[in-house]
Amino acid sequence: MTARITARTWTGIAATAVTAALLTATACSAPGEEGGGDGGYDELVVGIANEPETLSPLLGYGKDGNSKIFDGLLRHDEDLELQPALATALPEISDDGLTYTYALREGVEFSDGTPFTARDVVFTYETILDEDTNNPAKDDLAAVESVRAEGDHTVVFTLAYPYAPFAERTVLPIASADAAGGQDVNTGPYNTEPIGTGPYVVTGWTRGERLTFEANPGYWGGEPEVRRLTMAVIPDDDVRATRLRSGDLDAAVLPPNLANSFAGEEGLVTHTAESADFRAVTLPTGHPVTGDQDIRLALDLAVDRELMVDSILEGAGHAAYGPVPTASPWFAEGTERPHDPDAARALLDEAGWVTGEDGVRVKDGRRAEFTLWYPAGDRLRQEHALAYASDARDIGIDATVESGSWEVIEGRLAQDAVLSGGGNPADPDFDLYGLLHSELAGDGWNNMGHYDNPAVDEQLETGRRSGDPAEREAAYEAVQRELAEDPGYTFLTHIDHVYVMADHWDGVTTQIEPHDHGLGHGPWWNVEDWRIRS
Amino acid sequence: MTAPWAGMARLAGRRLLAAVPVLALVTLGMFAVAAASPFDPVRQYIGSDGLGASQETLDTLRENLGTSGTFVEQWWAWLRSAAGGDLGQSLALRQPVGQVIGERLGWSVLLCSVAFVVAILLGTALGVLAARRPGGVLDRVVTSVSYTLQAAPPFWLALLAIWLFALRLDVLPAGGLTDTGSDTVTAGSVIRHLALPAGVLAISQLPWFVLYVRQGVSDALHEDPVRGARARGLRERTVLLGHALRSGLLPVLTLIGTRVPELITGALLVETVFSWPGIASATVRAATATDFPLLAALTVLSALAVLAGNLLADLLYGLADPRVDHDEM
Repeated sequence: MTARITARTWTGIAATAVTAALLTATACSAPGEEGGGDGGYDELVVGIANEPETLSPLLGYGKDGNSKIFDGLLRHDEDLELQPALATALPEISDDGLTYTYALREGVEFSDGTPFTARDVVFTYETILDEDTNNPAKDDLAAVESVRAEGDHTVVFTLAYPYAPFAERTVLPIASADAAGGQDVNTGPYNTEPIGTGPYVVTGWTRGERLTFEANPGYWGGEPEVRRLTMAVIPDDDVRATRLRSGDLDAAVLPPNLANSFAGEEGLVTHTAESADFRAVTLPTGHPVTGDQDIRLALDLAVDRELMVDSILEGAGHAAYGPVPTASPWFAEGTERPHDPDAARALLDEAGWVTGEDGVRVKDGRRAEFTLWYPAGDRLRQEHALAYASDARDIGIDATVESGSWEVIEGRLAQDAVLSGGGNPADPDFDLYGLLHSELAGDGWNNMGHYDNPAVDEQLETGRRSGDPAEREAAYEAVQRELAEDPGYTFLTHIDHVYVMADHWDGVTTQIEPHDHGLGHGPWWNVEDWRIRS
Repeated sequence: MTAPWAGMARLAGRRLLAAVPVLALVTLGMFAVAAASPFDPVRQYIGSDGLGASQETLDTLRENLGTSGTFVEQWWAWLRSAAGGDLGQSLALRQPVGQVIGERLGWSVLLCSVAFVVAILLGTALGVLAARRPGGVLDRVVTSVSYTLQAAPPFWLALLAIWLFALRLDVLPAGGLTDTGSDTVTAGSVIRHLALPAGVLAISQLPWFVLYVRQGVSDALHEDPVRGARARGLRERTVLLGHALRSGLLPVLTLIGTRVPELITGALLVETVFSWPGIASATVRAATATDFPLLAALTVLSALAVLAGNLLADLLYGLADPRVDHDEM
């Protein structure tokens, strides 16, 4: 046995030695680029878990901003406040809330030298809304009825209905009509070789391996100090951590337990970004158990959110009482719920759910049981689901946890519970309307639990249509209070996104991040504004 | 001298003609299997982008993604446009199929050919050494290691190699094509990054060649021509390489043809583990997203590789053994 192993290892070494011997000489000739050398840290190498499917905003790239290659009419600052970008100011909104007028910045050029005009804006929005464009996020712009240019430097959007958060949508990157026009929007070269006005230009994309960017010397906002940006695509968490430790990467997104292993390492800092990325259990209205208000309230009291944050998320997260994070200015103070299984039991006793022989409650001959799905392979959702089922079991409710692909789960959304996730921090309408409005029950991937509450519907409409910030705030506060009284979803946690990176730059911050945080989010959301520390 | 070349050309021509119905059938089978796949192309296309997608958007996407009609109709439409030189558009990768393949094929071919050549040369050398003294220490070691490696899956070998050379010894990179911070593809960095994947792939193919060569050569050593050569007093080296190896190599030539499918499968696994930018990841994406045009093109490519491997084996066989007539194959 020993002889065999030795020999095998020897064969392995021999085989690689043949190649290795050939290359040691040539390897030295490769340019020794290691994260910028000692002097200027003008290069950043980031390890990300998922790469974008496309780099074309026409198919959805960068729709929430921070696209590096492009600019939107507006942009979000660190506090997610809207600031003008390709527009010179925030839009003028007509009194009926139906017309948004943007004055555009003059003298801006795309990286190929063509001037940016209102034509590009119209082209971008019209192409996205075109039926033949396969942009899965086009519902974000569902309110737009038309967009037209008035001269070269004014764009006017007309909405089909008053849509107060519309300005938030206009962080959408603007594509070049000259470069992207005249080709197949779904498969054309613009998907891999985009031309934008942004602070960086794409210099290479090897799918599944890396994306490289170089500073745009003619950027209207000033040339970035970090001149080269590499996004290495490394799906495996452990490999990403190893390559960060070896100095191959300057920064990486990591799960909390791996990030903790870097604590105290010299030269590396951990950035924790709060997010609107929630995990929640849908409680289908059509199911006799999950649709029962007492069951819903009891489950809401029985789940130990703090324990989930501590054990599943290793502290990198926050208890969730609704889609709106507790840190958000839109959060309705006082809608936090305690962890109180005794109160939950009392509530069920009083409602007539009597504990049966096997410990599961029964009412009118119906057992308090339902099925809870999570998408196979999603470890985080699996652990949430198991913790939830265990908390439910404690108060006599039997949730059977099952896993399956989305194809399997999709057909059962009306009857079975699912561990869902999502979250966009920019405006409460984005999450709340799709999750809770009864008109959208079962419409695609909106309102998966078929939540139906007329009071909530009314407030959602008010919040969406009203141009008055105070009125909107009151509406969303009312929605959150209604949701607390009729919790058709059990919200569990908001997940923090954790990043570890080298400490050579000033101005590194994080935003509150959305569910999807591939390339644009993370501390490098504004890498173009960083200053190299001397 | 003209006769063998003409025979070989005729053989190649006949095989080419036979390839047409084979490819048609193989792609039809692929369309049938993909049509029965449980994956939802729309779900695969959207990923996590379409969290709030409405039913209307999903329906439009389903229509645009073109999975309508029976698989036979889809196959026929594909076949006609492919015959006209248009391989179609890969909706999953948002690129034309021709571009997807063009960007990646070279890297896969580089990986496979380096691994194959190393496996053949090293396998022949080790096989001859083992056959020289059957039952000797070297023979026993080489044979038992070969059997062990034959049973080891390539991805397992790949993970082992990463653990040993990249993590423990830190002498070779664990994946990718070039150094992470560097943009340009230099020969040096490609060779460094090629070493592990090609080495693993070669090793996974190696045992077959070792065992076949060992068997062929040791059989030949007991045949009359070798005994005659020895009787004439020729040097052992001449006997081994000139007589025994030549006749012992015949079964190996057949093996080259039959190993091509295994090589492709092995390459898919190895490419995935080492994030090598070849066609493997495209194949996986095409399969899970039921991206028919891309999947069909990749199927044709692998079928062609297998047919070409068989043709090559037959041609070499005819050259190596004058008794074999190419016109009778």
